[in-house]
Order: sequence, then structure tokens, then C-alpha cells
Amino acid sequence: MSDRMLTMAEAIREAMSIAFDERPEVFLLGEDVGIYGGAFGVSGDMYHRYGAERVLDTPIAELGIVGAAVGAALSGMRPIVEIQFSDFTAQAMDQIANQAAKIHFMLGGALHVPMVLRTPQGSGTGAAAQHSQNLEPWFASVPGLKVVVPSNPADAKGLLLSSIDDPNPVIFLEHKLLYKIPGREPVPEGSERIPLGVSKVVREGKDLTIVATGIMVNKAWEVCEKLSTEGISITLIDPRTISPLDMQPVYESVDKTGRLLVVQEGPAQAGFINEVIAQMAGSASFGSLIAPIKRLAGMNIPIPYAPQLEKAAVPQIEDIEIAAREIVKNWR
Amino acid sequence: MSAHPLIMGHPTSSPEHARHALLYMWRIRKFEEAVEDLFGRGMMHGTMHLSIGQEASPTGMCMALTLQDQITSTHRGHGHCIAKGADLTRMIAELLGKEIGYCGGRGGSMHIADVETGNLGANGVVGGGIPIAAGAALASKMTKKGTVVVSFFGDGAMNEGAFHEAANLAAIWKLPLILFCENNKYGMSSSTEKAFAIDNLAERGKGYGIPAVNVDGNDVIDVYEQAEIAVKRAQAGEGPTLIIAETYRWKGHSRSDKNLYRTKEEIEEWRELDPIPKFTAKVIKSKLLSKEECEAIAQEATDAIIAAVNESVKAKPADPAGLLEAVFKKVSA
Repeated sequence: MSDRMLTMAEAIREAMSIAFDERPEVFLLGEDVGIYGGAFGVSGDMYHRYGAERVLDTPIAELGIVGAAVGAALSGMRPIVEIQFSDFTAQAMDQIANQAAKIHFMLGGALHVPMVLRTPQGSGTGAAAQHSQNLEPWFASVPGLKVVVPSNPADAKGLLLSSIDDPNPVIFLEHKLLYKIPGREPVPEGSERIPLGVSKVVREGKDLTIVATGIMVNKAWEVCEKLSTEGISITLIDPRTISPLDMQPVYESVDKTGRLLVVQEGPAQAGFINEVIAQMAGSASFGSLIAPIKRLAGMNIPIPYAPQLEKAAVPQIEDIEIAAREIVKNWR
Repeated sequence: MSAHPLIMGHPTSSPEHARHALLYMWRIRKFEEAVEDLFGRGMMHGTMHLSIGQEASPTGMCMALTLQDQITSTHRGHGHCIAKGADLTRMIAELLGKEIGYCGGRGGSMHIADVETGNLGANGVVGGGIPIAAGAALASKMTKKGTVVVSFFGDGAMNEGAFHEAANLAAIWKLPLILFCENNKYGMSSSTEKAFAIDNLAERGKGYGIPAVNVDGNDVIDVYEQAEIAVKRAQAGEGPTLIIAETYRWKGHSRSDKNLYRTKEEIEEWRELDPIPKFTAKVIKSKLLSKEECEAIAQEATDAIIAAVNESVKAKPADPAGLLEAVFKKVSA
């Protein structure tokens, strides 16, 4: 067992490097991914290790970049395309939603698009409304896309390797605040994959089930730790892949705890986490609930600039703690 | 019915080449007429975009391509598909929503792709195929395959950001790409006069550092000759070429078009420039083919379309049962 503690940026770079070494058809393209090493330093030294032909700097042209990745994927390559901020996927949405997502189905299975689109998302950097969104419901609502939201370096590595293997387009959403921090668990050395579509039970408890995505898994973890010292034990579930979504561990946990709190950073309105609630409401496990389902999500506003405003816009550790305590105390 | 073997080379370089050019223009014409007829009789669902009058452009361009060379196509894509060698029965069957159709009834007229003939697919989004073609050309360059990619699009697509971004990528990376614009003068009802501040669309090439050329899109010989030059440039690693083929669509944009934005006289003028009789006269005059042979070629195309329609009508309708499983390609273990 390795005890290497990597940051998520390092883990993602390691996964890309493994894929580069395994398959000549894998390449990376995007804005400033070359000599600059990526806006968040994710591609790092890959340009020097693999050369300009496989780590391809592009002009600022998101629609063209993603379209080129789609065309290359149709022609036997396995592109990893980096979009500098997930907000800029709006520029490329025709190629993502109308082309990549639909080609396999619409063309009768004649062609497929083995492409991974990696992009940083989330708030917390003071970059304001056009550089801070969580757009996962955009992608999760388009049939034909797989959507991955890793919460830690070890998962990011294994999930990215599976995403590159996958014959379908995968949107890989990386929270930018996670790039620079090491995970709680070491990152394995090898090339082991983590399958897409399998939720992870991060920790088990008997009083409450929390389902959280991305950076909220880390925040919820802190709450689980704190409340465990007060005798409140919590099951924390990280779906990891939000499309396809694996609800089975959620049902099984709610059958034991009877209480469910769901947490996401993105706005509540039509957010991804509502899908978890909807599927729970229609499941046999709904009868196991002894408390109303509690939802914590971002405010229905664009992400503001000033640090105190930005913090107020998305759930913080304290908010999760208050919500968790209330459910457990008020519903016995 | 399998795809007709493609023949490469100048349309007047031999009787065989002349026959191929004429046959394929007739196949496109007769296919489109059959589609219009099937729609008129209520046998087809959805909508259709006919390319009658534009047959010389895809035929001339594709005679400069190998089977391995790739194309992307448009909503008005039946002609590109046929010129690249697609099977007529599977095309008609797709339009009729049949299981044996190219897309199993899931795509229809605007989404036919054919891997065997290098057709990466028609596209329902104006300009949508252009960045994809650039990506396919990038793959060709990266793997040193030596193949070229042609992106067919209309004048309307030249005002899309997708054209701009893809043209620039192709130019800076010197991709083996041919940007083939069929300037049929209208994007739905918007004339090129209204939609462009330049008279000659080829002027756009200069801004990207891409050589551009105007061709008579209704003259299969002119199209082929410029296509061949562009293919050679692409193969030599010299990068993309923009071809502006001047042509005209006789029919409306789609079935709902009442032609309110143009005059009957204008349509008539262009009908006089029909690419098929123009080429026929040329090959008879140069004794490549006899008048009787030309008539037999037209009949051969008609017979092929009738056979394709008859077979398609009898085929099994597409089944909704497999829809959910069709969204993703299965992950192999």
C-alpha cells in the first residue's frame, strides 16, 4: 500500500501521463496547456515530457477546440480536451451537447466519440460570476454525456483513467479549490481504474445519510468528524459519477439511518442534487425516511465577487453542521 | 445493394470517368426527386432539404477523393452522401424510419453517416461539421495517415463562429482540410447580399491565410480540377484550401418554404444552368459517350432509385425497444 499524498492536480496529471504511456492515440489539447502548464498547472511538465504534438496549445476558440476533439475522436484518437474554466463550455456547447453527446445514438451507432472534456469549476477564488459556476446540471441533463465530479486525488486518478478508456464523451468537472490540496487518502501508484457509475460510501454511520458532490464531500467530512465526537454518526456518500448515477448505496443507507441530507455547491434551482431527491422519492426506501429530506445548495444567484459575498452564496461547513444537527435532533 | 465502386480522376479523362460523373449526378437528382415524391405522398416523416441543381459540386469534389478520405456534410447532405458512395437503399430506408436505414431510424435525413465511405455524417446544425472535419484532419496529420478531409457547408455556415474557429485552427496547424462552400445563394431566406458585406465569399480565405478559389459549382469539370489542386496541397502538408462553388438550389429550403424571398425568374435563370445537361452535352461533343449511352446512364440511376425505394418500403420499421441501450456505446471489458 502506497502512502503517497498527492494533490488533485498531481493525481490528474499522473492519470493523463499513464494514459499517454499506455495509448499513442491519447493526446491533450487546450488553451495554455503546453509550455504554461495549464491555467491551474494541471498539465504541468507534460509538454516537456511528451512534446508539442501530444500536448497541443490552441488558440482561444472553445467551439473549435472541442469540435476538433470530437472530429479526432471520430477518427481513432482519444483526445483529452481542457477548457480553462467550465463557464467557457458555454462557448462550445454545440459541439458538446448537439454533436459529441448525440453522434453515437443519432448516427445509429456507426460512430462514437471517445473524448474526455476536463474543466475546472466552482467558486472560492474571487473570480466572480463568469469564472465560478457549477454547471453539472447542464451536462447531466443531456443524454449521451457521462459526467464525473471527483472529490479527491485518488478518485480523480482512477476515474480519469476510466473516462479516457470510455468509448463515450465524458465531462470531467474538477473543483479548482481541490487542485492544490492533498486528499485524506494516499494515491495508489499503479494504473488501477475506478469504474464510472459507482457511488462511494466514504464513511458509515447510523443516524444520518449525507449525499454530497465535489468539494462538498470534503466539507461534509469535517462535519461528520466533528459530530462523531458528540455521538452523532453519519454515512457520507459521494456519487463521483453524477451521470450515470448509482443510487443503490443511498437507498441502502437511508434504510438504516432514516434521514437524508443532500449537499451541492451549485444553485438549488434545477440542480443536480434534486435528481437524488427525485429518485429517492420514487424508491421503496422513501418509506424508511423518518425525517423530511433536507437540501443544502448554493443560492439562486450568480457567484458574487467580494469574499464575504462569495462565501454567503454557497454552503459552508457551518451550514452543513447546522442542517445535520437539526435533522438528527428534530426527527427521532 | 452495395455501394457503387467509386472512381477517382478527371471526369473527362476516360469514358469510364465520364460515365461515373454523369451517373452520380443522376443518382443524386433522382434520389432527391424520389424523396420529394415520397414526402408529397405522405410516406415520409419530418422534413427534407433537397439539393436539386447542386449535383456537380459533391460529384466533382468526391471524384478527387479516395474511399479513405473523409467528409462532413450538412442538413442538405443527400448529395454528399451519394457522391462519397453510400448505399441508396440504406439511405431511403433511413428516411422511411426503417431498421436497415443508416441510423436505424434514429437520425433521419439530417444525420446519415457511413463509416465505410469515410462519411463522418450530415449535420443538423449549420456549421456543426466544420470543427469536426478539422479534428478529423488533425487526426490524419497526427497519425500520418495521408488522408484528407472535406467539410461541405453552405454560404450560411460561413457566418457561424464554428467556421471561423475551425478555419483558423486548420490554417495554423496546416491541416489536410478542404473547406468546400456550396454557395447556393440563400441561407433559408437570407440572401448572400443581405448576410455578407463582401461580394466574393472567397475573400474570407485571406483573413485566415488560406488560399481560396471560386469555381462554377454547376460544372463538374471545374469543380474537379480545383478539388484536385486542393487535395494535392493537403497531401503535401501545405494546409487547407477554401473552395467557393457557385451554385443554386432549385427547391425551397425545406418542405415549408413558399419561395417568398426570390423570384420565379431567378429560379428559371438557374434552371437553365442545370449541371447535368451541361456535362452531357460536353461528353457527347467530345465523343466520350454517345447520346444513347447518356440516356442509358440516366435510366440506370432511375432504376437504382426505384429498386432502393421498393426494398425500403418493404423493410421492417425501426423498433423503439432498443432506444435506451443505444445512447452509449458499450464499454468493452
